[in-house]
Amino acid sequence: MSETAIRVEHLGKQYHIGAIQQSHDRLGEQLVELAAAPLRRARKLLQGQATGAAELDETIWALRDVSFEIQRGEVVGIIGRNGAGKSTLLKILSRITEPTEGYAEIYGRVGSLLEVGTGFHPELTGRENIFLNGAILGMKRGEIESKFDEIVQFAEIEKFIDTPVKHYSSGMYVRLAFSVAAHLEPEILLVDEVLAVGDVAFQRKCLGKMENVASQGRTVLFVSHNMGLVQTLCTHGIFLDGGTVVKEGAIGDTIDTYLGTLENLSLQDLSQRTDRRGKGQVKLVGVNVFSNGDSTVTTLASGRPARFEFLLSDLPTGMSDVHIYFVVYDQQGQSITHFRSITHGPEDLRDATVGPQVICEIPELLLRPGRYRINVGIRANGELQDHVDAAAFFNVEEGHVRGRPVPRDSWPGRVSLPHRWILPMSK
Amino acid sequence: MKQTAKAADILKLRQESPPDPEAKIPVTRIEPSSGWVSLHLHELWEYRDLLYFFVWRDIKVRYKQTVMGVAWAIIQPFFTMVIFSLFFGRLAKVPSDGLPYPIFSFAALVPWTFFANALTQASNSLVNSANMIKKIYFPRLLVPTATVFAGLVDFVLAFIVLLGMMLYYGYMPTANVIWLPLFLFMALATSLGVGLWLSAMNVQFRDVRYVVPFLAQAWLFATPIAYSSSMLSEPWRTVYGINPMVGVVDGFRWALLGTDTAPGPVVFVSFAVAMLLLISGMFYFRRMEKNFADVV
Repeated sequence: MSETAIRVEHLGKQYHIGAIQQSHDRLGEQLVELAAAPLRRARKLLQGQATGAAELDETIWALRDVSFEIQRGEVVGIIGRNGAGKSTLLKILSRITEPTEGYAEIYGRVGSLLEVGTGFHPELTGRENIFLNGAILGMKRGEIESKFDEIVQFAEIEKFIDTPVKHYSSGMYVRLAFSVAAHLEPEILLVDEVLAVGDVAFQRKCLGKMENVASQGRTVLFVSHNMGLVQTLCTHGIFLDGGTVVKEGAIGDTIDTYLGTLENLSLQDLSQRTDRRGKGQVKLVGVNVFSNGDSTVTTLASGRPARFEFLLSDLPTGMSDVHIYFVVYDQQGQSITHFRSITHGPEDLRDATVGPQVICEIPELLLRPGRYRINVGIRANGELQDHVDAAAFFNVEEGHVRGRPVPRDSWPGRVSLPHRWILPMSK
Repeated sequence: MKQTAKAADILKLRQESPPDPEAKIPVTRIEPSSGWVSLHLHELWEYRDLLYFFVWRDIKVRYKQTVMGVAWAIIQPFFTMVIFSLFFGRLAKVPSDGLPYPIFSFAALVPWTFFANALTQASNSLVNSANMIKKIYFPRLLVPTATVFAGLVDFVLAFIVLLGMMLYYGYMPTANVIWLPLFLFMALATSLGVGLWLSAMNVQFRDVRYVVPFLAQAWLFATPIAYSSSMLSEPWRTVYGINPMVGVVDGFRWALLGTDTAPGPVVFVSFAVAMLLLISGMFYFRRMEKNFADVV
């Protein structure tokens, strides 16, 4: 029984971003502009053009010519980098925003979860918010009533059900919000990365619920950066990049293509890449990863030193406070740790001889063997100047942490901390 | 143990009732709209439960964490009445159609307060719900509509005070009182109509926020609340009906206190304008709706 659940044809969405600022050098011109702008905007308003109070003339296509078909019962993961159009696609399918071109057809009742706890009111009690939130998610009153006990029990908040949610701990709040969402039973479910909330035990419970949903023949569209999660939950995948579908098919193949694309990106000359965010007054033009101080050994190993060199474009004069941050991800897209130069340590120093570069030295790399990638960002003058996803990849080989071997194996976890054991004597 | 059994029952139940293949699957087509679009009133009907919950939420939350609580619904029009009675009734000696000035002004202030509050709150309703609008779909019309309906509770409370005052001054409602719902409906239509226009504009132009208090004040003086519309003679009185609140206020006084202010051509003009505001407001709102999530 192969029936279509979602059909998308040549879908596109154009956004208006930022104004093209005309420069007015003279005060007189500025005053004229100040007086003329309201009139121009008023004319646009009457014409029914929704350009907002700012004059937004520059446009970008967040999504362009996207076509695909999803069969009923498929659980589809939508993957891609930041800004690839994943969220826009989900917003269009859940009818929050309208496409600019093309169309989508959805066969069945749709429920969308772009956020948990949408519409929760802090002054209302848990009980009241369940009804309100349920109705916002599209449940009928009778449906909420019949599931009420189940929702409360799932959220583990029986005792506080008649307390205003503003007195809830954040954990309780999230559990309640998620519990309502988890009991939504539409034929088609659109889920954004909302699972990254709550404590681990509750997350696991929610995942169980999600898998349950999938096994009941419901169609699910799932946006996530977590490849591990996508791999376990989804049967199919759609890989979006730059607003278009790059790959569509079985989930394993799609993830491979995605990871491959990321790797290819890192082969490109960093200074030539255009997929970056930020103001751009100073840019990242290169990343080098070495294992030792004189930059000759390029292989990293667990427990060995590591040195990350970030090459910047020339710093404009007057630029102060340049800071670098980078986030380390594993192959599954799970973030492992981050480094930020804005938080100072006693050993930090400024060195005039390094030129336009920032260096991060790690005396002992505590990552386990495997392949990692880093997203790098530069901040200066209190603003984001540059951010590049997958700016570099590196491998970590087997090594020793304080003399203890760290082998390549399938045990869970990505870091290996120095430690010692105290064992009982064997008799 | 009991709970486990229950959970198992629910699961079983779900598996035993697969979606009926014969059942008609609703098809939603998502495509760009342009120009003036249909109102989709059937969709509003489908979402009536949500409208109910929005109204209910607004009522519940309205006076939370206030000392006076729901008493505000009465204090507001009552003290305006006291001030009007002092300055317009006593000092300026504004004629009040032969009625005691307090009840003359209060009969007008009850629908007026409903209108003014509904207008103000409806105008800001979409911007206040920005977070929700960006995260989930529902007919956006529900947001201002719910705010206006929630105001009815305040209206009822103030209306009870009005009845008490009528008793005190010894006025019994005439048989004309059966027309009162019509005048209330006119007030509702006007506030919703103007509220729809302003809330949709407010999404893109926050100027509206500054315009609304001024608009409400100007409108107050353009409506016969502190004075009587009998101060105008025909045909100007009929022209005056272009302000739909003139018809509402005249209607309230006529239906409750038996003044000779209605029903005349004024009411017909006011009714027509109120409906025009409501319908044009709905169409304008629907036209602007598609961009709400992007610009709010």
